[in-house]
Amino acid sequence: MLYREAGDFNTSYKQDGQTFPIRFDRYRYYAVLAVAFGVIPFIINDYWANAVFVPFLIYAIAAIGLNILTGYCGQVSLGTGGFMAVGAYACYKLMTGFPDVSIVIHVILSGGITAAVGVLFGLPSLRIKGFYLAVATLAAQFFLVWLFNKVPWFYNYSASGQINAPERSVFGIIVTGPNTEAWAKYMICLVFVVACAWIARNLTRGASGRRWMAIRDMDIAAEIIGVNPLGAKLTAFAVSSFFIGIAGALFFAVYLGAVEVGEAFGINKSFLVLFMIIIGGLGSIFGSFAGAAFMVLLPVLLKNVLVGGLGWATDLAAHLEFMIVGGLIVMFLIVEPHGLAQLWRLTKEKLRLWPFPH
Amino acid sequence: MPDQLLFAMEVTLNGLMAGVLYALVALGFVLIFKASGIFNYAQGVMALFAALTLVGLQEGQIPFAHLINAILGTDLHHFGWHLTAIVAIVLTIGVMVLLAILVERIVLRHLVNQEPIILFMATIGLAYFLEGLGDLMWGSDIKKLDVGLPQGISETIDTATFNWFGYGFFIDKLDIFATVIAALLVIGLTLFSQYSKQGRALRAVADDHQAALSVGISLRFIWVLVWSIAGFVALVAGIMWGAKSGVQFSLSLIALKALPVLMLGGFTSIPGAIVGGLIIGVGEKLFEFAIGPMVGGATENWFAYVLALLFLVFRPQGLFGEKIIERV
Repeated sequence: MLYREAGDFNTSYKQDGQTFPIRFDRYRYYAVLAVAFGVIPFIINDYWANAVFVPFLIYAIAAIGLNILTGYCGQVSLGTGGFMAVGAYACYKLMTGFPDVSIVIHVILSGGITAAVGVLFGLPSLRIKGFYLAVATLAAQFFLVWLFNKVPWFYNYSASGQINAPERSVFGIIVTGPNTEAWAKYMICLVFVVACAWIARNLTRGASGRRWMAIRDMDIAAEIIGVNPLGAKLTAFAVSSFFIGIAGALFFAVYLGAVEVGEAFGINKSFLVLFMIIIGGLGSIFGSFAGAAFMVLLPVLLKNVLVGGLGWATDLAAHLEFMIVGGLIVMFLIVEPHGLAQLWRLTKEKLRLWPFPH
Repeated sequence: MPDQLLFAMEVTLNGLMAGVLYALVALGFVLIFKASGIFNYAQGVMALFAALTLVGLQEGQIPFAHLINAILGTDLHHFGWHLTAIVAIVLTIGVMVLLAILVERIVLRHLVNQEPIILFMATIGLAYFLEGLGDLMWGSDIKKLDVGLPQGISETIDTATFNWFGYGFFIDKLDIFATVIAALLVIGLTLFSQYSKQGRALRAVADDHQAALSVGISLRFIWVLVWSIAGFVALVAGIMWGAKSGVQFSLSLIALKALPVLMLGGFTSIPGAIVGGLIIGVGEKLFEFAIGPMVGGATENWFAYVLALLFLVFRPQGLFGEKIIERV
């Protein structure tokens, strides 16, 4: 009854082209923002922040980044973990090198540095396509992790080889280091997520997004109608890596605080983010959020049920989790190759006709 | 001859042996890719799964013992028998065939006509599933695989080379054995695909699905067949790697090592997989030997990928791959 275009009259082009054309959608979006900014920070505690909200928000940024590259531009990348590591180490070097500059600027700059590295590893994409490219991005993954492990300059010659986030604050509120309050962690991630999602949404529905999608659908045809494949592919790599770099920087500085590169940014991270966008939906910003939420919540839920509820050993629960994740991915690909986002779209279509579908 | 050179020669030989093992895994990839156009990421996990099953059967472990114990509160571990290696291997082949049938029934049948990248991701899902299943069935502790393969340094070669050059080469007997097996496997597979009826059908499917269907070749049977063969190759690779370094999770990571091998050799060529494996094996050992100490070592982690990446920029279809022709 509520979900209708009826009575929603657009009187300008601006209104016609807005992101949420249906009034109900728009209000829902404002309501979600209001709850995220106005309610959750006041009731959040350490467990919820560390187990659910902060990883969800950070993975959402990474998933948006990978979705731009894989979902919108069609270039499969298995190097997400490596690019997140670039963001984390760039952020660490900037934080320790320029302690007086705001952490927000550091995070954005680390995104920029990651974008440059991403473009470098994206260059072969002009010659290599499909699987070959997916495997080529593994080169980025393994080389970058190895580099951060072996070159002591990156971890400031610390004896353990780890990097630790020093304490930094925004507007007098501590946001990194061990003394951070749960709500401060949550808030800084939330601000970045909202900004990134807003940028990504508007990029993908604009000219650059259309170019990416043309390349994804068929690159030769796109080239013939005048899309520059060099520009489109490299901007996709740059924008994607920018977001992934920000996610990596936040993952290190805000979420973990201390990072050992092989453990935190290994190949499994690449697959995790890839699964998020497959389950969430390729080529959808909402899908990135849905997929991130799904993949963050699933282990927490399974752990609570199996270990907490039934009292099983943790390794047993971990094995079962592998099976369930793998099974779900196969199931999603069979039942709905376009992921949760497509289910959401279908639901909306049904809602518009409800309660008179004929 | 100077010592350095001899040492480099030994490194090269060891690289060749390691390359053979990479090629074994890559072979499974090529088989499936040729027959169904699916890039089977799960190949490495299939090797792990096969090796786990082999050890489990041999030791008489009860499958899902941990799970059953957790649910029913019992304390089961073993059936209390020990199978001989050959019986366990035959049973494991049976399990891999069963797995092939299940994969075709449950996964592939529903994904016909999907884009290759969707199929690729489905095999990643399959890899995760098998990884969990293998650990759940047989436990995740590191197991020792012993099917009576020769082990240790080959003393004949050591003494022979010492007599010739005044420097003994250290070569693992297992590596030599693996080389022989790999050679036999390649010859066998080539003969099978050239001269048997099924082999010809397999090549027909690889050439053109629709044309193969229209002359009455059952696509489903071919898929089950090719996944079974890939399962068998995975078992062989699993035995070799398992005997070398124990059956453990890292076994599944050799799949990742096989990827650059494939890229180098081309996805569609069986000789390509072998040559690619040898190039990667020798390349990474020599690079580690020559350049490794200067940059802090452990270059084996990434050398293969970077080599394949650079190589592909100049020859996107790999060494022996079919030329990629694109049309709008």
